[in-house]
Amino acid sequence: MKILMASLISVSSLALARPASAQDMDTKLTQNPADWVIPAGNYAGNRYSKLDQITNKNASKLQPVWTFSTGVLRGHEGGPLVVGDIMYLVTPFPNIVYALDLNDNGKILWKYEPKQNPDVIPVMCCDTVNRGVSYADGKIFLDQADTTLVALDAKTGKMLWSAVNGDPKIGETATMAPLPVKDKVLVGDSGGEFGVRCHVTAYDMNTGKRVWRAYSEGPDNEIMVDPEKTTALGKPVGKDSSLATWKGDQWKQGGGCTWGWYSYDPELNMVYYGSGNPSTWNPKQRPGDNKWSMTIFARDADTGMAKWVYQMTPHDEWDYDGVNEMQLADQKFDGKMRKLLVHFDRNGFGYTLDRTNGELLVAEKFDPAVNWATGINMDKSSPDYGRPIRVKKYSTEANGEDVNTQGICPAALGSKDEQPSAYSPKTGLFYVPTNHVCMDYQPFRVTYTPGQPYVGAILSMYPPPGQTDMGNFIAWDAAKGKIVWSDPERFSVWSGALATAGDVVFYGTLEGYLKAVDAKTGKELYKFKTPSGIIGNVMTYEHKGRQYVAVLSGVGGWAGIGLAAGLTDPHAGLGAVGGYAELSKYTSLGGALTVFALPQ
Amino acid sequence: MARILPAMKKSARLRSALATILLLAAGAALAENNKPASSKDGEYYNANGDPTYDISPDGKVDWRTYSGYLRYSAECLRCHGPDGLGSSYAPNLTDSLTRLTYSQFLATVAGGKRDLGAGEEKVMPSLGADSNVMCFIDDIYVYLKARADGALPRGRPDNHAPKPKSWSDAEDACMGPE
Repeated sequence: MKILMASLISVSSLALARPASAQDMDTKLTQNPADWVIPAGNYAGNRYSKLDQITNKNASKLQPVWTFSTGVLRGHEGGPLVVGDIMYLVTPFPNIVYALDLNDNGKILWKYEPKQNPDVIPVMCCDTVNRGVSYADGKIFLDQADTTLVALDAKTGKMLWSAVNGDPKIGETATMAPLPVKDKVLVGDSGGEFGVRCHVTAYDMNTGKRVWRAYSEGPDNEIMVDPEKTTALGKPVGKDSSLATWKGDQWKQGGGCTWGWYSYDPELNMVYYGSGNPSTWNPKQRPGDNKWSMTIFARDADTGMAKWVYQMTPHDEWDYDGVNEMQLADQKFDGKMRKLLVHFDRNGFGYTLDRTNGELLVAEKFDPAVNWATGINMDKSSPDYGRPIRVKKYSTEANGEDVNTQGICPAALGSKDEQPSAYSPKTGLFYVPTNHVCMDYQPFRVTYTPGQPYVGAILSMYPPPGQTDMGNFIAWDAAKGKIVWSDPERFSVWSGALATAGDVVFYGTLEGYLKAVDAKTGKELYKFKTPSGIIGNVMTYEHKGRQYVAVLSGVGGWAGIGLAAGLTDPHAGLGAVGGYAELSKYTSLGGALTVFALPQ
Repeated sequence: MARILPAMKKSARLRSALATILLLAAGAALAENNKPASSKDGEYYNANGDPTYDISPDGKVDWRTYSGYLRYSAECLRCHGPDGLGSSYAPNLTDSLTRLTYSQFLATVAGGKRDLGAGEEKVMPSLGADSNVMCFIDDIYVYLKARADGALPRGRPDNHAPKPKSWSDAEDACMGPE
């Protein structure tokens, strides 16, 4: 009876009996270390777990304990959730959602397969990935490839409501995990390579009704900034802060997509996210700063109004999207406790800001190979305060159309792409999967046709000169802006990290290894080769008193483009072509979940 | 048994060697078929009248092949990978172009292609209305054909013939005013 009661409580308290305030309950859920209810584990985007059964002393004894094939072969980004006794995961297109029973060896409790028009497939820039579902208020939220946001009953998989967020016919698609906040669900869109004008939209959690929508570029009311009250680096942004930075009405095809990871601070009631590249990739064709592409936004979660903004890469010339995750951490800075926001941008700089007001505290390179800028201007009295100090040699704007600018580091996929970092409050360090890749970039003129690619640059990518490793997994001190340790990897690290209270950090590699390393030193403690390359994010949960670690394999995504060809250095001469390993020699397609634990 | 095995092995080896020779011969024949039979304003055609590439022994390529490299890299690489070699979700075109005829190539690009199911869900869009592709479709074809025939190595061609005026005029007419 006791056992029955316990299991009843664990199910009913999650899915049935809601307390007076659903949002309090969900905040609590994100704090229960046994569960993993949103993709980042908590609202601060930390990917940290208080579970400490698996430690740096015993991690070497880990072993795979069960597996599950998703039946889909394309790139598997994101990762599973665990709520009570149920695990949830979503596949790439066709976006099948599985609910697996942890009490019955992962038996399928229900399966939801949306019917989507396959015409959306080629409109998705880089494979048909989906970065995960989220849980709140007894519902699972899924953002389908075709931009339909659906709420499913977490117990039965029944669709409760759906809302259409965009139109794939004009290039609008969806890849991101929605973020449930209080009584709303927030989603963005993808399509920066199709000249989409991107936005963040909040839907009512119970009805699917649209509450607010904030574009990345356009008139003040549509981007939801207050010219007097919204600030950029401490100063009001002023009237027409976006419109004034575009030629004519180019902002209507401006990009600034919003497909990354969102974070939420319940105390400040603020949501944080980044916007992507301006369209096209040809900078000559779109003069101006192209605001607010490449920008960190801080918005009020209820109204959507922007409190502050910070544009990291004004007038982008390299496709350095600003969409990467926003880590919220409270740390000592200059002797005082500060509410920090830490962000590892595609452009290769690790930024530390005060998240209450957007004050820029630190901006340092997190890969020494970064060469397009010497640094970020930190002089508050300078008119260029906060702007990158560019190197003319690597400026595709300065070199112009139809010129192949060579040796730019990082490449367009950034020193780090969407694969999210982890933060351990125990060590105070950030654990960051990185790319160590450079590029040649040749912009050229393109015409805009709705629903057709609108890119305007050709790229070739290769490891930094004289090097063969294309990735590093690093530990970062955000107060100092310094790398603490760095583990080299043969390929870019395209998996999201996990940090735990057992002082173990986990990540996956493109060859397919799940790796556990010591949080303090980076020393490898354990590795296991899963069925396919890992571009998913590692998570952990506890079930019946045992700690598990889970990850999705399934190579693809942008990394999949180089799968067959590998990356070769076009300047190395014929002898070196093929000298760099091809990923296809290490792994092949296949969507699979692998779950690890210590032996009993 | 022990005595028969080597013979079997030998004949298997012989068969595979023969197959290799046949394949090589087929490849050579293919490349032979794509030798320029005629040219006009810096553009080349094979004996069938299909567009083809012209690559001199020092590696210098005709303008259309170079333009094809640029346009391929801009419009097709995102799915079909660097140098036409394919990706985790789109086929290797240096292989496909050993089989597809010029007209089949045009029809596939213009009309698109679907290969659904088996967990792969491959869809190629119809690009017939995309001027960034269709205005340069012959360039992309000759570039890929040169790659498929083994006449052009990976990477950006080092040296190329100048842009013919007739080519520029055709580009302007096709792409429309800036």
